[in-house]
Amino acid sequence: MTETTLGTPAGPAPGLAPSIALGNLPSLPPGIASGEVAGRLSIRHGRLIDPANGIDALLDLHIADGKVLAVGEAPAGFAPDRVLDATGQVVCPGFIDLCARLREPGQEHKGTIASETAAAAAGGITSLCCPPDTAPIIDTPAVAQLITRTAKQAGKARVVPAGALTHGLAGEQLSEMATLRQAGCAVMCQAERPIINTQVLRRAMEYAATFGLTVIMRPENPFLRDNGCAHEGRISARLGLPGIPEAAETVALARDLEVAKQTGARVHFRALSCARSLEKLAAAQARGIAVSADVSAHQLILTEDDLEGFNSQCHLNPPLRTAADRDALREAVRTGLVSAVCSDHQPHEPDAKLAPFPSTAPGMAALETLLPLLLRLVAAGVLDLPTAIARVTSGPAAILGLPLGNLAPGQAADLCVFDPEAKWRVGPKTWLSQGRNTPFWGERFKGRVTWTLLGGQIVHERRR
Amino acid sequence: MPPPNIQLDDQGHLKHFLTLEGLSRELLIKILDKTEGFLGVARQAVKKVPLCRGKTVANLFFETSTRTRTTFELAAKRLSADVLTLNIAASSTSKGETLLDTLRNLEAMHVDMFVVRHAESGAAHFIAQHVAPGVSVINAGDGRHSHPTQGMLDMFTIRRHKGDFSRLTVAIVGDILHSRVARSQLAALRTLGAGEVRIIAPRTLLPAEPESLGARVFHDLREGVRDADVVIMLRLQRERMRGAMLPSEHEYFQLFGLTEERLATAKPDAIVMHPGPINRGVEMDSQVADGPRSVILEQVSNGIAVRMAVMALCIGTQNRLAQVDAHD
Amino acid sequence: MSATEIYADAAALEAVIARMGTALQDKLTQRGIIDPLMVGIHTGGVWVAERLHRILMLDEPLGVLDISFYRDDFSRIGLHPQVRPSHLPVEVDDRHLILVDDVLQTGRTIRAALNSLFDYGRPASVMLAVLVRRGWRELPIAADVTGLDLKQELDRDGSLQVKLTGPDPLALVLGHRQG
Repeated sequence: MTETTLGTPAGPAPGLAPSIALGNLPSLPPGIASGEVAGRLSIRHGRLIDPANGIDALLDLHIADGKVLAVGEAPAGFAPDRVLDATGQVVCPGFIDLCARLREPGQEHKGTIASETAAAAAGGITSLCCPPDTAPIIDTPAVAQLITRTAKQAGKARVVPAGALTHGLAGEQLSEMATLRQAGCAVMCQAERPIINTQVLRRAMEYAATFGLTVIMRPENPFLRDNGCAHEGRISARLGLPGIPEAAETVALARDLEVAKQTGARVHFRALSCARSLEKLAAAQARGIAVSADVSAHQLILTEDDLEGFNSQCHLNPPLRTAADRDALREAVRTGLVSAVCSDHQPHEPDAKLAPFPSTAPGMAALETLLPLLLRLVAAGVLDLPTAIARVTSGPAAILGLPLGNLAPGQAADLCVFDPEAKWRVGPKTWLSQGRNTPFWGERFKGRVTWTLLGGQIVHERRR
Repeated sequence: MPPPNIQLDDQGHLKHFLTLEGLSRELLIKILDKTEGFLGVARQAVKKVPLCRGKTVANLFFETSTRTRTTFELAAKRLSADVLTLNIAASSTSKGETLLDTLRNLEAMHVDMFVVRHAESGAAHFIAQHVAPGVSVINAGDGRHSHPTQGMLDMFTIRRHKGDFSRLTVAIVGDILHSRVARSQLAALRTLGAGEVRIIAPRTLLPAEPESLGARVFHDLREGVRDADVVIMLRLQRERMRGAMLPSEHEYFQLFGLTEERLATAKPDAIVMHPGPINRGVEMDSQVADGPRSVILEQVSNGIAVRMAVMALCIGTQNRLAQVDAHD
Repeated sequence: MSATEIYADAAALEAVIARMGTALQDKLTQRGIIDPLMVGIHTGGVWVAERLHRILMLDEPLGVLDISFYRDDFSRIGLHPQVRPSHLPVEVDDRHLILVDDVLQTGRTIRAALNSLFDYGRPASVMLAVLVRRGWRELPIAADVTGLDLKQELDRDGSLQVKLTGPDPLALVLGHRQG
């Protein structure tokens, strides 16, 4: 099998003092409500793909006490409570989604932690990072703890809240990052809000670097974005939609890269959308700047042409760009320049998309299409299956700096068993997310999750 | 796969009129031919034909426009329809009522046709996708996207003066970026096979990839109108100065304002058009606007006939569809 | 439609129209009308009217009327595929009009034509001249001058189509609707 490429390992830039250790930090966000006992399980006859350990082989997997007990032969005397027959199926680490909005607290009419983590489990996602633009914003420990507590009660997925990089995401005052870290925020993030004052950005990155905190940025210059709602190009010219030029992304990316270099902060860029950004990212990595990046899965499939007929389900931010950009993103995912693929899940109530295109809310519900979209890329020969899986397991785990996405013995038994040949149609009978805003509604897909295990517990099982 | 054209019924008849894109040359010519017939109605003592008697047309103006609203109103009245004009910009949307709520309320009053003007691109498409079957939607301008009746009245005016499109050089001058009128004209000129189409503007008033609209790009007015048969001036919104797109009206007029002297490079029999209302001394001087080559007022009269033709075609299609349903 | 047959050929029709001319002249004289305005209905009516206009040697140009906008079947079949501009060269107010059509059957076309004419003004009088008269009237409309009547045995079934083709040569064609 081929060696899967991981993204640039995240770590403090060389030559900097070691970051201050923060005590009392949970190594893993909680997944299962305490008190439940995870059983002993064997998963037999599956194709085990564990990119972190370079495994792609027909191997059994044995689980006890919520952890991986053994790979291959069962230890002598191991008596599983249940055996899952994974013949013809793929067994891999549970997916880790770096960006999924759960809409709770604040926008429960779009989704709740319970509804969206259930959708995540159905999509094979066992850990997800939620951006801080909830209401209230995740800039106090109370909000972070509310989210992790509610997620634990729901028990469907580990939820990693991203702390606000600035107070109220206003881009003016630093948030209490160390406190947020202790409350469970593994990373700091500015969501979609700009930091106009570059001095504030510099201080924020410096402060985050003090504690070895990864900063997630969505590079976008608000002035160049203006009121744009579509890629500035052929389609926006024809449909008369206000455009978002590539420079809206690349100008912000260039600034943020320089500030990252200046401060030595570990910076991760969310949702790159165009080829020119990838050039900048590659050059920065070559210069030794500790930066990584991800793309949203739909950016690897759809293009600006999908806006034809003013399809508001394709109103996304960043916008869908050209086929050439999409191809460049695909190549970057293949080589590992881009080390993670996200769902960028944004559930909405139906009304949010029922308006003239520019007035609709951007974003799509995407937890449940993450795997099938990746499998489309595999079927199209863009990625091999282990690489595709690496981009949603070991890749994002390294960015979060959490011991996830790895099925070595002793690791948490967060895993996904999927049937790569199972056909299904996106529709009311198959869909769990409260948001039905997807351009793929009604479409047929290949590849469906059979079991999702979180800490050794089955949190999703496909009814047959 | 391109989405099906929601403007047409399954036999290719016009059901909604949202954009000129995706309409065949035959259909555009049919609209122009029908317009010839409707032009005569204005010369009757009773300027009215009973085609749409008993039909109700609602003018939904989410963006104010006196001229377009008036010509649509007249067109509907000359077809004997009952006309309801709603200036929604000021009323319901500010109370939190959604566009769909407004639509549903009017549908409950058994409106047969909506004429929609909206500040956002795609608004007419959105409404057409959500109206009840049997109701037609005419786009009276949506954002920067499309203003198809204006596009057709301009084509009608050009055809009356110049005939065959394939031999014509048409120059469109001004704010192409924000102009739904220009987009409709460009779509129509592409479909009707105009000889050469040019767009003339500073870069700040051009969209990305302007050549993809099927036109040659010029930044110099004299060069752009050289040997042109038709010169179309676009309206310049004053907001463009505030958006840092232009330094001043003064400099704009110096470079892109049409004067008799700058028109000298065009063909001697060139016609000058403008969708109105004109900013005199910004887009063109009065000498040109009121001069012998200006057909601007004729555009207004033609506008009513074009709108009658389009409304009659759409209502006619709905009538036929209703008839088919009744027989099923 | 299929199985068409010629009912009257050009020579026969020209003779019929000549006789109509004479009859029209008699009516005009009888009523003391000296300068009538002739209006043909698109398309066949115009062909007949052109000939009558020549025979009567009228000074005013011939008017042409398209009744598409006034048809009562718009609500059933939509806009007629062939809309041509109407053209009335002079004011109709207080004028004596001669309306000319090819075939008079239900009377609906004439109803539409009268409505259309009255939207141009208030004529002093309107006479109707038709080339062919047949049964199946649905409105109380009668012609002042008729060229010929369709044979009764042919007109037993309302589905028989009678159509004037032209303009040169003219022919009156019968068609049987199939199915």
